[in-house]
Amino acid sequence: MNLKDYQGIWVIAEQMAGCLNSVSFELLGKAQELKKQLQTPEPVTAVLVGKDVEELAPELGAYGAEEIIVVDHPGLELYQNQTYAEVLADLIKEKKPSILLMGATGIGQDLAPILGVKVNTGVAAHCVDLRINQDNNLVAVVPAFGGKVLGDILCPKHRPQMATLKPGVLGKPERNNQAHYTITKYDPAESLKKDAGRVKALGIYRQEVKGVPLEEAEIVVAGGWGMGSKENWQLLEELASLLGGAVGCTRPPVDEKWVEGEHQMIGTSGKTVRPKVYIGAAISGATHHVCGMKDSGLVISINKDPKAPIFEVSDIRIVGDAKTILSKLIEEIKKIRGNVN
Amino acid sequence: MSFNIAVCIKPVPDPSHYDKITIHPVNKTITREGIPTIINPVDKNAIEAALQVKEKWGGKVTVITMAPPSAEENLREALAMGADEAVLLTDRAFAGADTWATSYTLAQGLKKIGHFDLIFTGTESADGATSQVPAQLAQWLKIAHLWNVQQFKITNKEELQAQMKIENGYIEYALKLPALLAVSRECNKPRYTTIMGVMKAKKKPLITYTADDLDLNKDFIGLKGSPTQPGDIYTPELGRKGQELTGEVEEIVAQLIQKLRAAGLNLESWNACAVGRE
Ligand SMILES: Cc1cc2nc3c(=O)[nH]c(=O)nc-3n(C[C@H](O)[C@H](O)[C@H](O)COP(=O)(O)OP(=O)(O)OC[C@H]3O[C@@H](n4cnc5c(N)ncnc54)[C@H](O)[C@@H]3O)c2cc1C
Repeated sequence: MNLKDYQGIWVIAEQMAGCLNSVSFELLGKAQELKKQLQTPEPVTAVLVGKDVEELAPELGAYGAEEIIVVDHPGLELYQNQTYAEVLADLIKEKKPSILLMGATGIGQDLAPILGVKVNTGVAAHCVDLRINQDNNLVAVVPAFGGKVLGDILCPKHRPQMATLKPGVLGKPERNNQAHYTITKYDPAESLKKDAGRVKALGIYRQEVKGVPLEEAEIVVAGGWGMGSKENWQLLEELASLLGGAVGCTRPPVDEKWVEGEHQMIGTSGKTVRPKVYIGAAISGATHHVCGMKDSGLVISINKDPKAPIFEVSDIRIVGDAKTILSKLIEEIKKIRGNVN
Repeated sequence: MSFNIAVCIKPVPDPSHYDKITIHPVNKTITREGIPTIINPVDKNAIEAALQVKEKWGGKVTVITMAPPSAEENLREALAMGADEAVLLTDRAFAGADTWATSYTLAQGLKKIGHFDLIFTGTESADGATSQVPAQLAQWLKIAHLWNVQQFKITNKEELQAQMKIENGYIEYALKLPALLAVSRECNKPRYTTIMGVMKAKKKPLITYTADDLDLNKDFIGLKGSPTQPGDIYTPELGRKGQELTGEVEEIVAQLIQKLRAAGLNLESWNACAVGRE
């Protein structure tokens, strides 16, 4: 493999049912930063795969893609790992990008490793940051042990240097409506013939998310196992709705079904949030959870145990019973509202 | 109808102790002293899935791991849960493998043992958590796979249907066998081992293979064969200098409200999400 043959930074955009996943914009923002760090800047390209997806291309341009390769085909409507992998592997082999980034989403985490074997290269998984080192190589920062340890991962002798990035960690770049970009169409017909059809998508089922999505909320009210019951959990829902925020949680409330589903979980196996205010109640502060909320603005924690590890990563500590504090807080906010209206 | 089933498991340091993990200041290695090694939690769901298939359809369950010799203990536990046979791939030459080299070695190990209709793994390991080995293993074996499977149903000897979790939902697929499924925690509830199980496990076969026993390309294994290479490791700086709010509940809440206001929350407004957007 002649490394010099590989040029350019690629972002595999993710879309579903005509809607781009915002991690694609985060990736483009990072790609632009990497471009500046390279010894000689290389172009930033987005690859958009699906059916009837071309109209999404300008959006990728506005967030930093200089070229958008559109792979549009009826056979690519729903994600099928083998089908997508055949198409992307051929595209990579033909155009030879040097860096290839994907979101560490349900789909990205499945597709990236397949491509790693198909094009014979390394993949750094669920990174929290990326940079270029003095050898002009990509350095991926990867969490391990539930976020307790961070490690640099390099891919010095293979190309492309692949990485998946955890959604929500980097933040979205500025949108630029005046951006210049080109659109290239790529016909996947030949690649599709290679797909043996061993994996067939039958249908997709998505739950409507009520209220503000957790990863976009500026105020997150999170609760843990110590909330004790579904009734007590209502306090978090009420506070979040009063503040216009979203409710997040640790793993036990998911298991106990106090919350609707796993999409509300914050942490290594859940979402990464960085709200302006995070209020955590009855959460011990396991690294698995902290990993997903540590970059929040103001962190307020309520725990009855003064030694709870969550206090070490909090700006404001309240030692006490979560139910009592939350009930009083709700009451006071309602009073303030009452005075106004 | 019966199925030949393999389950890939990984011994990991018990995740409930990760707070204790530190990095040695001088030789920059991870210190995990006193933390017990257990079967990666979600790999127990993989074992359970395999056992349920065997109980319903008949067949045989083989557990396999690529790990240091101490993993025998974890394999015995899997046998005690009900697996029929265990295989340990162990060799100094395997050390330091990334997911690419690990999945390659596992694939060669599985080929050595025989043909499998179904392979189960957990979605991710608790320590590295890359979640990449299942998809890559299926790729080396050139078989169908699905990752993050929350539910599956075997239709017949040729086909199964399964749901792959995605953000806020799932996608349903039909897969042709042989197939690999990486199962998630929701998939089932792993059984406990019984005394009887432990007794029986002692007599079940546990085979060890080293690198020389397998048909391996030596350039594809261990740290040397890994496309990704580790650089520095460090612990993230997380500490915040916190302030404790004290007093009676009323006082605490009054101070808290001040803090929320200072952070820019507009508590008067109903359309509150009013933290000063710049
Ligand atoms: C592979 C793996 C991945 C994981 N991924 C995640 C993840 O992504 N996100 C996640 O959150 N977890 C994850 N976990 C689980 C994680 O390790 C912890 O078990 C979990 O975060 C603990 O949740 P908790 O703080 O709610 O519960 P606990 O640790 O049980 O803590 C409860 C806390 O509540 C306090 N408390 C009890 N009663 C009250 C009261 N009345 N008032 C005030 N305080 C009270 C207690 O003092 C205690 O500190 C993962 C685990 C594994 C093994």
